[in-house]
Amino acid sequence: MTRSGGATTPSRGTPTPSGGTPTGLRLYRPRVSTWWWTRKRSYLVFVMRELSSVFVAWFVVYLLFLVHAVGRGEAAYLRFLDWAASPWVTLLNVVALAFVLLHAVTWFALTPQAMAVRVAGRTVPPVHIIAGQYTGLVVVSGFVLWLVTR
Amino acid sequence: MADSIRLRVSRYRPDTDPEPHWQEYDVPLRKEWTVLDGLNHVKNEVDTTLSFRWSCRMGICGSCGMNVDGEPRLTCATFLSDHAPGPVTVEPLANFPVVRDLVVDLSDFMAKLPRVKPWIIHPDDHRTVEPDVEYLQTPEQLDAYKQFSMCINCMLCYAACPVYGLDPEFIGPAAIALAERYDLDSRDRGERERLDVLVEHDGVYGCTFVGECTRVCPKHVDPAAAIQRYKLKAAMETVKAFLLPRGAR
Ligand code: SF4
Ligand code: FES
Repeated sequence: MTRSGGATTPSRGTPTPSGGTPTGLRLYRPRVSTWWWTRKRSYLVFVMRELSSVFVAWFVVYLLFLVHAVGRGEAAYLRFLDWAASPWVTLLNVVALAFVLLHAVTWFALTPQAMAVRVAGRTVPPVHIIAGQYTGLVVVSGFVLWLVTR
Repeated sequence: MADSIRLRVSRYRPDTDPEPHWQEYDVPLRKEWTVLDGLNHVKNEVDTTLSFRWSCRMGICGSCGMNVDGEPRLTCATFLSDHAPGPVTVEPLANFPVVRDLVVDLSDFMAKLPRVKPWIIHPDDHRTVEPDVEYLQTPEQLDAYKQFSMCINCMLCYAACPVYGLDPEFIGPAAIALAERYDLDSRDRGERERLDVLVEHDGVYGCTFVGECTRVCPKHVDPAAAIQRYKLKAAMETVKAFLLPRGAR
């Protein structure tokens, strides 16, 4: 028997024997399948967004490696660059970048829901809040770019 | 348009069935027929043993929620033609124990709801003021909470919430939205009491912001927003408790 959609798989639950509930009903309790998050696009996006935090953490670690190498002098820095250019680190960083972008985009999109910003008694429309965040991102990125290339 | 559509209905009869199974019914496909109309046709004309809940047929009472093609829906507001050519699967609301066929047991929510104190808490309540005293509100004050007051307790948000499915202790979207509804009410002073309940382990922090509750809500209550705002409120309280001397809180 196959079941479509939903977070649960009724076919794998258990009936509660009568007397097991305050109402004395013999309830059928559906059980959530381990693969619940593959059944709906929105669940999948959610799980990917949660997973993205691992890659955010990886970029922090990567940055710490970089700072550490720079602190130990030129030779260490060049060794770091060699390591960073190796295929598996490059691949890891590309994947990590994709996840970090997903992280940023999805959280930016969710911010207006989490914060009701009111200015002069009026609720600020969600698009303005999202636009504000992207503006902030561009400004900060621009500043960092200027800092490292000047 | 074809003149009939097949419903695949989940049946569970507690006395004889160890678990639910599918039963199929062909019902007339009419432009103005909803899934609930289809089920009522079955009940009236084909199989009187089929059990399901409904009352108003117009999205007001919140009793006809079921999983239609895997999505929690009000069946009285879900048109068969939108699911043509079918078959349309109709299951009881996900994440709830099934009593029989499409009827689920809501006692868990009934027990949780009063915990968030969904009523106006005010030192001058009806015990201390004259019974005919009105609390006046401006349209702006009404606007502040109106959205969260539209909940019809249909439980679609609980059926859509994977957190509730995995951890039934979670107090859940509608209960938190209702807490927010009273917090935002200018007549209410119960914010502190509700926060104490909602910062417990089964409160707002159970939510990981999947956002499905808001997507499925037929009344645009936006429970996900209420929950995130509560987290913000709780965080502010923690910061305040940390920074301010006792008397100033
Ligand atoms: S918040 Fe929306 S989906 Fe949840 S019970 Fe209320 S009306 Fe139904
Ligand atoms: S029957 Fe009342 S909401 Fe559907």
